[in-house]
Amino acid sequence: MWNYEKRLQFPVNITSPNARLAQAIISQYGGPDGEMGASMRYLSQRYASPYREVSAILTDIGTEELAHLEMVATIVHQLTKDLSMEEIEESGFANYYVDHTVGIWPQAASGFPFTGAQFQSTGDIITDLMEDMAAEQKARTTYDNILRLIHDQEVCEPIKFLRAREIVHFQRFGEALRIVQDKLDSKNFYAFNPGFDKCPS
Amino acid sequence: MMNMHFANEQEKLLHDIGILSFVVVELTLYLDTHPDDRNAMEYFNHYNRMTNQAKKEYSAKYGPLTISYADTSECSDWKWALGPMPWEGGCN
Repeated sequence: MWNYEKRLQFPVNITSPNARLAQAIISQYGGPDGEMGASMRYLSQRYASPYREVSAILTDIGTEELAHLEMVATIVHQLTKDLSMEEIEESGFANYYVDHTVGIWPQAASGFPFTGAQFQSTGDIITDLMEDMAAEQKARTTYDNILRLIHDQEVCEPIKFLRAREIVHFQRFGEALRIVQDKLDSKNFYAFNPGFDKCPS
Repeated sequence: MMNMHFANEQEKLLHDIGILSFVVVELTLYLDTHPDDRNAMEYFNHYNRMTNQAKKEYSAKYGPLTISYADTSECSDWKWALGPMPWEGGCN
């Protein structure tokens, strides 16, 4: 179960609206490498892990991703809450506005809606951890791309924090994969599902 | 983080909680994959205690951070709902 803590993991205080930037950053809410996919991926995958340490890291990183989801939503909210109708029309924000006004909805920057098809939960912890390491790198690349679009320090700081977390999570998933592989022998190192196939020990 | 200016004591305390909690999150993830590291566990205990103390102090002064810190005995209204939400900006 979960409890809500009424604060952000890292402060977000954006004072200048910017609809164009909000449209790019929304991708880290509901896009293919966004925080919603990240949290749902890890929190779904953890049941198939036969190793407690690995279930724990999936639970705790999946939980931290929910805090990141809230930070991204806060950034988009603060970038859009005081927009004038002129700014909405001139910034290309009208397509989002027509369906959602300035509410928060999970979509990619392209407008493609969030879907569970953006991530896997294969029931094979080795396969899943390989995906998780790739997912952290993809999210880090997306944050790099976002940082090149930002010229406002107030937006830059929380995005830099989120980018740094991808690197730490990549490291921890690498260690989790190492833990799993240390429990296998040379015959099943790459092609064995330790949660489903019975180990002939 | 060195030369930060805070509008008030509430802002400063919430900033400190952010830092302390972050250390706890980092140590939690590290310990998940290094569950035998006694040294890290000592760090964890130290920072977890400091974090809980700061959250308790903040909640008593400015309204509950989590529902477990909510204490209605000396309040005339339900601060959990009436206090600002984190996305409002300003002091968060």
